[in-house]
Order: sequence, then structure tokens, then C-alpha cells
Amino acid sequence: MNSVIPYPIARQPWGMLIPLFALVGFGALVLYSAAGGSMQPFAASHLTRFSVFLFLAGFISIFPRALVRFLTYPAYVFVFILLVAVEIIGQVGGGSQRWLDLGFMVLQPSELMKPVIVVTLAHFYSSLPVGMITSWRALLIPGVLIALPVLFVLLQPDLGTSLAIVFGGAVVMLLAGLPLKWFIGAGLGGAALAPLIFYFGLQEYQQRRVLTMFDPEADPLGAGYHITQSKIAIGSGGIFGKGFNEGSQSHLQYLPEPHTDFVFATMAEEWGLIGGIFVIGVFTIILRWGLKVARESQDRFGSLLAAGMSATIFFYIAINLLMVMGFAPVVGIPLPFMSHGGSSMLTNMICIGALMMVNRWNQDAPRGGISSMS
Amino acid sequence: MKNWLTWRSGQPKRRTTQIINASTLKNTFDRRAVVLGGLQGGIAVLLAGRMGYLAIAENEKYRLESESNRVNLTLIPPRRGWILDRNGSPLASNRADFRVDIIPERLDDPEGTINQIGELLQLEPTRIADLKREVSEKSGYQPIEVASGLNFDEFAALSVRLPDLQGVIPQRGFSRYYPTASSVAHLIGYVGPADAEQYAEEDRNPLLLTPGYKIGKDGLERLFEEDLRGKPGGRRVEVTASGRVVRDLETREDTPGDPVTLTIDGPLQDYAARRIGLESGSVVVMDCATGDLLCMASMPSFDPNSFSDGIGSIEYAMLREDERVPLRNKVLQGLYPPGSTIKPMHCMAFLQAGVKPTDTVVCGGGRQIGNRFFRCHSSHGVVDMDKAIAQSCDSYFYHFAQQIGFEKVADMAKLMGMGQQYPLPVASQFYGTVPDPTWKVNKFGEPWRPHDTVNASIGQGYYLASPLQLGVLAARLATGKVVNPRLLLDGKAPEMPSYNFNEDDMGYIRQAMSNVVNGAGTARRAQLPIEGIKLAGKTGTAQVVSLSVSDGRSGPWKYRDHGLFVFFAPFENPRYAGAVVIEHGGGSGSAYPIARDVMTFMFDPERGLEQLRSLEKQWGGTAQQRLERRYAAYAAERGESVTRPPSRDEEIFDRVEAEARLAAAQSEEIAGDAIVPREDQAASGSPPPAAAITGQAPETSANASAPQTPQTAPPQVAAESQTP
Repeated sequence: MNSVIPYPIARQPWGMLIPLFALVGFGALVLYSAAGGSMQPFAASHLTRFSVFLFLAGFISIFPRALVRFLTYPAYVFVFILLVAVEIIGQVGGGSQRWLDLGFMVLQPSELMKPVIVVTLAHFYSSLPVGMITSWRALLIPGVLIALPVLFVLLQPDLGTSLAIVFGGAVVMLLAGLPLKWFIGAGLGGAALAPLIFYFGLQEYQQRRVLTMFDPEADPLGAGYHITQSKIAIGSGGIFGKGFNEGSQSHLQYLPEPHTDFVFATMAEEWGLIGGIFVIGVFTIILRWGLKVARESQDRFGSLLAAGMSATIFFYIAINLLMVMGFAPVVGIPLPFMSHGGSSMLTNMICIGALMMVNRWNQDAPRGGISSMS
Repeated sequence: MKNWLTWRSGQPKRRTTQIINASTLKNTFDRRAVVLGGLQGGIAVLLAGRMGYLAIAENEKYRLESESNRVNLTLIPPRRGWILDRNGSPLASNRADFRVDIIPERLDDPEGTINQIGELLQLEPTRIADLKREVSEKSGYQPIEVASGLNFDEFAALSVRLPDLQGVIPQRGFSRYYPTASSVAHLIGYVGPADAEQYAEEDRNPLLLTPGYKIGKDGLERLFEEDLRGKPGGRRVEVTASGRVVRDLETREDTPGDPVTLTIDGPLQDYAARRIGLESGSVVVMDCATGDLLCMASMPSFDPNSFSDGIGSIEYAMLREDERVPLRNKVLQGLYPPGSTIKPMHCMAFLQAGVKPTDTVVCGGGRQIGNRFFRCHSSHGVVDMDKAIAQSCDSYFYHFAQQIGFEKVADMAKLMGMGQQYPLPVASQFYGTVPDPTWKVNKFGEPWRPHDTVNASIGQGYYLASPLQLGVLAARLATGKVVNPRLLLDGKAPEMPSYNFNEDDMGYIRQAMSNVVNGAGTARRAQLPIEGIKLAGKTGTAQVVSLSVSDGRSGPWKYRDHGLFVFFAPFENPRYAGAVVIEHGGGSGSAYPIARDVMTFMFDPERGLEQLRSLEKQWGGTAQQRLERRYAAYAAERGESVTRPPSRDEEIFDRVEAEARLAAAQSEEIAGDAIVPREDQAASGSPPPAAAITGQAPETSANASAPQTPQTAPPQVAAESQTP
């Protein structure tokens, strides 16, 4: 490490960061095109937010472990109060409001809950005596910790974010070593309950979205419109795409939300399969790095934290891409690092920052070391 | 994996005490993280595969769908072919028209947008309310017409504001225009939007759904629909999902429909229609040499322009309630007892049966036939054939019809075209009736009686004829040839076999008919005010009800006698023949002045027009002006205000009005030529002037925004090309 590059820079995980920069830059290009060939209003703010949140991530990455653990529960309580506050403001305002306007961006507390639930559960399981991992307490308390915010997010109603929170929490629980049969049981129970939830739990528009996933062409101008147009955009792009700024589906407004939820379709139309492989490739690199960080951590807190964070990012990517390609219902989850939107960028960069933080912990104490399991 | 599973499914109780420690948990974490990583990789592969499938295997399908999203094909309705008179002047043409449609589905704020349009176009509040109701009921992609016939300023004002008016579509198009309006309504018909039935008939031709597109609904417009229609053009445009046009990709011009050239003489048609004046009736004028129908006027009539613009319910009600049936073409579908007008033809039957012109009867105010006395309208004394025709003595016909038997008379009547249909391009013509013994038995199961002969011999009883048949009768009698009427100037020389009547006989009858007008006849006031041209004719008065109900001259309109007149001119060498029938005119005195003026106009337009002008001053304007005023009054009575479409500003259209003939004559005079009016009028078979046809379709260019003036050949061109 005695090169010309100073250590604080050299030690950064460039193997992940450079593909990430490339992806964000590519995202900016796509947003430039989605705005009809203009930096405004999407591409410029996309890059600005990324720069700001990159500093945030860098700041998070230097947090010492003790501080993180100290702040975990207060952070959970704080975000939870925000969530309740938003719900109350929404009720008073007479509509469903999910965000707080911070001036430079609108913040959705439910977004913040995604990384916070991961760190909270990681903290909980790392503090839980090893022997108790199979006890009911190992399930009950995290269950409540997950259920409380999910309840309020569902009230908004925001099914996508609720699922993301549940997914992040569940992955941490799985990796923490809870008995697998609990998961299998929950899976079977969920499968049994699914029809009931579908018919009694979901709003009508949500039911329609699920149904149209299986047969989007049945109602091409109604509920299936989004998926149909998205598939047309991706399919018509072919291998090499229609060319930068040449996407008719996005430019002529056939594609709904070409800059947020369906940014991948916008990209695929103009850059084709090649662009798609690049995007999926970069995501693969980032997620592999995230899991690598998790496995390299000798510290249970770090492992669970890192794995949970990459699972959260993964959930975004997987649901969004499955959705735009017609494999999942339209749930309104943006694509990390490409979609235009402050809250999701914030969440994902917190996840990246947390991963970088764990990575730094790993670098500082590579082997065995001072990891505390208690 | 096996190990992991067995461990998982192992006994938890035991594990809590023994197996679980930091390192087993770490192992668990690692194993599950690997599985999780594998799962993520699997999904990555699934996504890449799915994308490859969409982008490669289904590329073609989605490329097509993307194109059909992007590109919108709109039909450019073809310009309708013109209907021309024999000189190539338009009886029906197209004029540039600006219109505005709205598409309910695409209105962001229907109320606001309609209010805004209403303000811009100064629509009436009732119209705005109607529109709002229509939009709320109709929502869909089917356009609704807001207004048509806009002037350019209104159109421009709307076009400028388009970016704020989603779903509002201003369009340039063409609307049908009939310069002489009600004068040609029955003959030409009118156009209108296709109805559901027609749409189904034409295999759901999308052209018929194009807003503002109209097809022939009646008359020649309907019969020649195929020729007049033309082929639509197409415009490929790139559109956004909301339907906004981004740019034009490709435009294929429409092919205008073919013109249809009629034998009708536009100015004469207009003159005759207007000359009918306040009466209800029809005028037919034919060219004896060719059978060309120069005029088929039927009045009162309707304005085909307002029919084509979509007639209002009030205007329609006014027309339907009128006892003078302005919706019926009386030339073809009016049937009247021919009365005395068939007497010259009956004389021809007598001559053929061997009666000498000098054979006489004595008319003592009537005549005893069998055991009954039949009255004549006057006591004529000794009557020969000439006097019988000139003074219309009924007794003469009672006697000789009885003498030769009515079968022979009826045969002659049929031979001369009574009770017949002619090969004309019209939707329907009525046969009428020539009664004879066989017919009566078939019809009523009763034998023919002497009084039937008596009645039929003077054109009463069961006898019925249409004005067209009477005109044809006049032409056939004047020429002694089988003159068949024709309406299309298609260049074919019509065949006209001779009846092989004796020249002397024909001359005798012609002379007698001349005496009707120029001698001691019943229509002396019908003499033409033109030196050297003599009109010959025969008056007729058809009784409608028995004398016990009305004397036929006064009382309620519908009980008055019909007035008829058949004629030809010049009498020595018949060139034109025709018939005038005035419904309930109170006698032939209502008919022959019209014939006289029409023929005066034919030979001397200026003098004819002078007469018409002074009459129209008394009547209160031209037929069209009176119709419009009457409609306004009718509507006002029902509390509706009426705004007529803006009057035209293209002078070119005036060429088929009666006055146009005068203007043409004056310009010829200026050119130093002697006035030889209408010398080549009958030069039928010559194709219409080329200039008039090639110039008939208004030129358009896709991007021109200024209103187009339809370009027609100037009158001089048409006139020149006719006088080689």
C-alpha cells in the first residue's frame, strides 16, 4: 500500500465502485433520453443526488461498529415515529401521504425503514445468546420489530415497500440461523393464505395487477397496459437497440413511467440486449461483492448487516426487472441506481454505505480478531 | 447440503444444549449465504434469458407492435367528383371547408375545453350544452363534430391554441356545395354521413367513419356514388400515446372522384325552377334532336346544402309538413291526369285509324254518347281536328274515340311513351296509367264502359302521367321519332327510330298545336315575344275533384285543378320540347306562361330574365331567398334562432345561375360576335370541355394553411371550347 495513491482512497472497494459509477452514468444517459434528450429534469438531478449520497455512503462507511450498534435501536424508533407521523399527517390531510418534504427532496420514511430493519435485526441476532437462536424469543421479537413498521406501510398502502421490509428482515433471520423448518412452515402457510390474502386482503387494483401479470394481453389498454408496453419496448429493442435517443416507446409516451419504474425498458429499447446484459452484469458484480463482504466478516453483526443490505438491494433489482419483463405484478418498485427518484437512491446508497462500512471493518480486522459474538 | 438439511431437521432441543455455538452458526450463515447467492445468480440468469427471449425470439413481433404504436395511418377522404351541367359548369362542387372535431377520450377537461372552444368560435349556448352532453355520453375515440364551415380566422385562432387543447382536432376538408341550391335539389340529391346500414353494406369501410366524410344520399349523388367517390389518400404520422401528432412520415394524395356530366343546362334549370315561383309544379325541357333533358325542375324544393351540412330537425319538420311536398321530385314522381294535353296525340291515333282532319262533329256544349250527354267546356259548333286541338273541344274527342275504339287510342298513347319508364339514371320514376279495357278488367274486374272512353279521350278518368312523360310525348309528337330522354352526356349518339307517321298528318297536328298559341287557340298569351320563333303547344286542365266539391279555380288549394301545358319550339322545325305541370294551379293558365318564359329565356336570355326579375320582385326574392326566409320564420315561431351558413364568396359558382347566361351573352357581344344564343346548345355527344374537367378538383397541398379557392376553368374557357 505504499503506492502514490493515498491509503484512504486505495482501500476503497473499487472493484464494486467503478461498475457502480458506470451504471449510474449509464442510468443518467437513459434518463437524458427519457427526458426527450435533455439533462433536465431527470439526468442532472440523478447525478447530483448520486454524488450527494455517495458522500453520505462514504460518511457511513467510517462509522465504527460500536457507534452503529449504539445508534441502531434509537434509529429504529426514530424512523418508526416518522412512519407513524406520516400516516397521521396523511390522515389529517385527508389523503394517503407517504412522504415528508425536506425541501431538496421528498423523503419516504418507509424507504429508510428498509436498511434500518436490517441493521436492527442484525444487531438483535448478534446480541442474542447463541443458544437462544432456536427459541421462540429469536422469532417473536424480530417478528414484532418487522410487523410494526410493515403494518404502517401497508396502511399507506404500499405493498411493494412492505414486501421489501419483510424480505430484508426475513433474509437476516434466515442467515442468523433460525431453524429452516420455520421458514418452510411460513412458506407453506403463506402459500395456503395467499388466495385468502388475494381475495380479501388486496385492493381491487392490486388484484387486477396480479391477474394481468399472467395474461397482460387480455386487457391491453387497461390494467395490462404497463406490462404490454414494457415488453414491446424491450422486445422491439432487439440485440443492439434502436439507438440512443431513438426509443419511440419512451419518447412518444407509450411506456408509462419511462424514468422511474420502467427505466429498464426505456434503456432496453435504445440499447438492446447488450445494454440489458451490461446492467444485469453490473448488478451481479455489486451483489456478489456484497455477499463477499458479508462472508468475509468475522463478526456476526457485520455478516448479517452486509448480507441484509445486499438482500435489500437485490430485492429492488429482482422485483423491478421481473416486473418490467412481465414476470411479476406491477408493484411500483424502482430500479436501483438507474431510476430517477431520491428516496430509493437514498436507501440504496445507505445500503452501499453500510456494505462499505462492513468492508472497512473487515479490512481493519481481517481475521478472527476482536469480533464479539455476545 | 445433505448435512445442512439433516442438521436443520435435527432435534432442536438437543442443539440448544450441545451443537449450537458460534462456529456452527457461522457455518450455517456461510451455507445459507451461498444458497442465497446462488438464488440471486439464478434470477440474474433467468432475467438475462427472459430478456434475450424478448429481444431476439420475439423481436419481430414487438418491433411491429412498436411501429403500430408509433405510426398512425389516417385516411384522407377523396374529394368528391363534381356534377357538371352540359357546358361543364358545376351543379355540385366542393369548397374548402374548415371544421373542428373533438375526441372525447382525449379531453383532459371536457367542460373547460368545450367552453373555451365555444368562446373562440362563438358557438351558441345551446350548441355548447349539446356538445357537453354528447361528450359525456359518447366517450371513446370516435370524433364528434363541433363545427364546420368555419372561416379562416376562426380556424387560425383555434389552431394557435392547440397545444392547450388536448383532444381538439381542427381539420381542413371539403364540403359539398350546390350553387343553385333548391333549383337542383330533386335532380342532384344531396350528401350526408353514412349510416350504420351503409357502413355494414360496404364491409365496414373505414372511410365512411372519417369525420366529415359524406356519401350520396339521394338523387344522382346516390346513384353515381361509385363514380363520384374517388380513392382516399393516406397520411402516416408519428403520434404520441395521447394522440398528438409529432410529425408527418408519408402522405399519399387522394384521387378525386370522376365528374359526372349531365345533359342538364344549368342556367335553364335554375331559371325554370325560379320561374315556377309561388306555385308547386315542375318543368321539363328536352332537346328534340337528342333527347337530352335540358331541364328537370321541381318546386318547391329544399336546400341540398343544408341537407348536406346535416339538416336540423326544425327545417326538416317544415319541409315534411308542407302540403306541397317539397321533398318529392315531381318531375318523376308526380302523377297527374294529363287532361287535354294528350289531345294532339289522340288526334294522331284518329289519323292513323283513318279519320280525316276535315271530318267534323257538332259540339253543342257537349255531346250525346250512348244514352248520356257529356258536357264540353264550351259550345264550339262545327269542329274539325284543327279546331278541336286549338280550342280543346271535348266533344270531338268523345265522338272519335268512341268511333275508333279506345284500344287504338291507348295503343298510340303507349307507343308515344305514356305509361312507360325510360332508361334514366334515377332512383324511381312512376309509370302512370294508360287505361284500356284489358287494364280495367284486370284492375277492377269490371268491363270497359262508354263513359270510360269519354273520360279517357280527354285525358281524365284513370289516365295518369308524369311531367317527364308529357315532355317526352311532346318531343315525340313534334319530331315523329322515338325520342328517349337521357340525362348523362356520355357521348353516345342516341338512336331515334321514326314512327313513320305520315308527314302531312304530322304537319297538320303541329300546325294545330301552333294555332293553340299563335292562332285562335286556348293559349294565345303563350306567344313568344321573339320575332320569328313560334311556340306550339297544348293546354290542359286536370280536374282533381268532382264539380260538386269545387269549381277547380278557387277555394282550397288542394281542390283546384292542375294546370298543364306541353309544348315545342320553333314550331316549323322543332328543337326543344317540354311540359309544364302546375299542381292545383287552377287551370292551364297557370302553366303556359311559365312555358313561354322558359322558352323565351332559351332563345333570348335577357328578355327571359327581365320577366323573371319583375316577377321575383312581386314574389319577394328568388326561390332560395324565399325558402330561407320561410325557414327563419318557421323556426322563430318555434323559438329557435337560425343562422344560415355564411354566403359564398366564390363568384365562379354563379355560372349555373340563370343570370350567368346573360353575363356570357354580354361578354360574347363585347367580343364583337353577333348574338347567336344557344346555337350549339344541342350539340350533344361532344365531350365536356377538357379544361372544365381537369380544373374541377380544387388543388391542395398538405402544408398550405390558407383557404383554398377551388379552381375551375373560367367561364370563357368553357365557352370558347364550345364554339369551334
